[in-house]
Amino acid sequence: MAFEITVNGAQHSAEVDGDTPLIWVLRDVLGFTGTKFGCGKGLCGACTVHLDGEAVRACQTTIDSVGTSVVTTIEAIGATAVGAAVQTAWRNGQVPQCGYCQSGQIMSAVALLTATPQPTDSDIDAAMLGNICRCGTYVRIRAAIKEAARTRG
Amino acid sequence: MQPSPNPKPRLSRRGFLHASVGAGGALLLGLRLPIGRTAAVEASDASLFAPNAFVQIDPGGQVTLTMSYVEMGQGTYTAIATLIAEELEVDPTTVRLRAAPPNEALYANPLLGVQATGNSDAMRGAWLPLRQAGAAARQMLVAAAAERWGVEPATCQARLGEVLHPATGRRLGYGALTAEAAKHRVPREVPLKSPEALTLIGRPVPRLDVPAKVNGTAVYGIDIRPPGVKVATLAQSPVFGGRLRSLDAEAALGVTGVRQVVRLADAVAVVADHMGAALKGLDALVIQWDDGALGTLSTDDIAADLHAATLAPGAVAQTTGDAHQAMANALTRVEATYELPFLAHATMEPMNCTVHFHDGLCEIWVGTQAIARAQAFAARAAGLPPNRVILHNQLIGGGFGRRLDVDGIVRAVEIARSVDGPVKVIWTREEDIQHDMYRPYWHDRIAAGLDDAGRLTAWTHRFAGSSVAARWLPAAFKDGLDPDSTEGAVDLVYDIPNFHVEFARVEPPGIPTAFWRSVGPSHNSFVTESFVDEIAHAAGQDPLAFRRALLAKSPRARAVLDLAAEKAGWGGVLPARVGQGLALQHAFGSLIAIVATVEISPQGDIRVRRVVCAVDCGLAVNPDIVEAQVQGAVIFGITAALYGEITLKRGRVEQANFDTYQMLRIDEAPAIEVHIVPSTEAPGGIGEVGTSAIMPALANAVFAATGTRLRRLPFDAAKLKA
Repeated sequence: MAFEITVNGAQHSAEVDGDTPLIWVLRDVLGFTGTKFGCGKGLCGACTVHLDGEAVRACQTTIDSVGTSVVTTIEAIGATAVGAAVQTAWRNGQVPQCGYCQSGQIMSAVALLTATPQPTDSDIDAAMLGNICRCGTYVRIRAAIKEAARTRG
Repeated sequence: MQPSPNPKPRLSRRGFLHASVGAGGALLLGLRLPIGRTAAVEASDASLFAPNAFVQIDPGGQVTLTMSYVEMGQGTYTAIATLIAEELEVDPTTVRLRAAPPNEALYANPLLGVQATGNSDAMRGAWLPLRQAGAAARQMLVAAAAERWGVEPATCQARLGEVLHPATGRRLGYGALTAEAAKHRVPREVPLKSPEALTLIGRPVPRLDVPAKVNGTAVYGIDIRPPGVKVATLAQSPVFGGRLRSLDAEAALGVTGVRQVVRLADAVAVVADHMGAALKGLDALVIQWDDGALGTLSTDDIAADLHAATLAPGAVAQTTGDAHQAMANALTRVEATYELPFLAHATMEPMNCTVHFHDGLCEIWVGTQAIARAQAFAARAAGLPPNRVILHNQLIGGGFGRRLDVDGIVRAVEIARSVDGPVKVIWTREEDIQHDMYRPYWHDRIAAGLDDAGRLTAWTHRFAGSSVAARWLPAAFKDGLDPDSTEGAVDLVYDIPNFHVEFARVEPPGIPTAFWRSVGPSHNSFVTESFVDEIAHAAGQDPLAFRRALLAKSPRARAVLDLAAEKAGWGGVLPARVGQGLALQHAFGSLIAIVATVEISPQGDIRVRRVVCAVDCGLAVNPDIVEAQVQGAVIFGITAALYGEITLKRGRVEQANFDTYQMLRIDEAPAIEVHIVPSTEAPGGIGEVGTSAIMPALANAVFAATGTRLRRLPFDAAKLKA
């Protein structure tokens, strides 16, 4: 059936089964390929997007559960103040290597800093441990989150 | 055993440069390496296809660089662009990069002899040739400007994409000079900048790929969407070598969005409008497999074969002095066996490949570390000559050696042959882990002899496992040996008078093995550096002092060791169940020393608290990327040491996703310091050194903390309970 969803401020329609995971609607139907597929089981965080500002795993979110919630992906997160600060910190800190997990890392970091503007190391651990980086950029992710928190004051 | 100098590319003697004007007046300047089928180059339309890694400047001044090494996170697109930009005198942030097409004759890696990115040798291979490509282009542009102005070239300068004549204040952009520059002879001898004149090399030039990797616009293979593309996912025989016996696809074909089910001899694919439908269709398939001959195989069987192989002589990889006599004469003998498991690569971007058969061609979009190999294998699977197979290489979401193999590309071609229109084949994470090609399982038997003064006089080491090189690059396997399997076991930095190493090649039945980040040293460094620690303790000596005494002839090695020890505060007093461990490694043309600090919980869990690395990788072309690579490689190695293990039972891989094949996560990641030894030597490799060097440092730290020597990876926490 057809589902109407709001992604990055615009209305989109997708003709799929209701149990289709949001990740495939975003990537394959609507073309938002910045959201990445990593595990399909909510174990790696590569597909993290925001649903009404909260970080969710798009591979564990079915399209029929989205309803009127607003979906934000990596393509539009820079339009928010926190998102822009995080992306700037990611660039300044030269965080990405292969970069494949970084969309999800950034989406998790933005959700963290939105809820907790000055996170402790434990806050960072708790918010980010669902996001695997196989290249091992964790040292720089932590530093970039702290820099973004500083610039946000 | 002094560390050997970095291998020099063999370009300067026999290579030559070639320039011509391509379509639209672009100056194409390429450097051809003296490897490969050169006749094809001369016969081709040289203006477009002649160069190796090449510089192209269009009349608008746009500089385009073709990257013969692929970007998979290691920073090669930035570092190689830096080499060219340095000598060409352009701003690297203004150049366009494009991935090289398959062409072994043009783009072979001079250190491997094939067109591939691996073994940490992109920078080692590119260091002189690509600087020369940039320098020659600059010299020709300067000559063209000087001719137009009627002045001596020596009175002109090149800077930021322009030629200047300071005496008269005249200037011309490179774009205005392309047609004239192309008429100039390509200089045979290209003077390169002296180390003091370098303005980009040696500086932390920001990565060119970072902006696109933080805003979602970077395009990986999995992101390719040709018009009309279908998405497929697959199930392969759960037992290697098994066959599809029967298939009921009726329910799958009833799933909304499923278009087709493709049967292969040993796999089934569901083709759909989107991956969600393909996955749902896959779940609905009723498949029966015929397990074949390996349906009862277990890892224990393989380990037993390897163990047996270490009891018989292998091929002699290196022998110095008379190790067996020296062992017989030794006052103290130390003996041990070590064991390392199969490992999966688990790249974050699962295996995927997009294929479109059209107009008698097979067009492929994929991120591969070996694009020429991909073309050859895809052509065979497609039933087409290689020149009918068009490949577009993409950014790679994690390589680590996995994408040196092309099995996923072959699979996609096999599936696409039955599909009308383009199809993107995406493996589930479970398929990715259960049908990886694995880092070989290793079994090692090693011994040392000490004289009455506690000096190391004898070393014997025999190991059994798979030769990946024998399959991947058969010419590299000779007389029972290949340079990869033995790297890190031979040519040790230590001065050991009687030294003997043997390799027994044993292929596990049916289990595909492959290169894995830090390749041969991923095994050998763990064994040799753990064992050096064991010998030091047996001799009653401090592990640092013991190693230093063996390094009289290796000042570079001693310097990195001392630097790591100093920065880590080696030898300080530590709390109970906290320990520091040391490792030293010479591999990939670089030296690294690591001091790891671990803390062991009462339950035996290992927490890595701090990792201090000192590296001498020659001139660090981009010190920030060097630091990042060492940081990341260390995390990769900790993951392997704590968690990494692929096991088989009834012929099936037991691990499936990140719950059963675990990765280190941010809450477990230690502080990592990287100290770079200043150097003007030619660059060494850096992408892998940290992975192999951290594993023994951890084992040695665990021993320091607990007194328990762990000789098997991954570490068994049960052995460390208080």
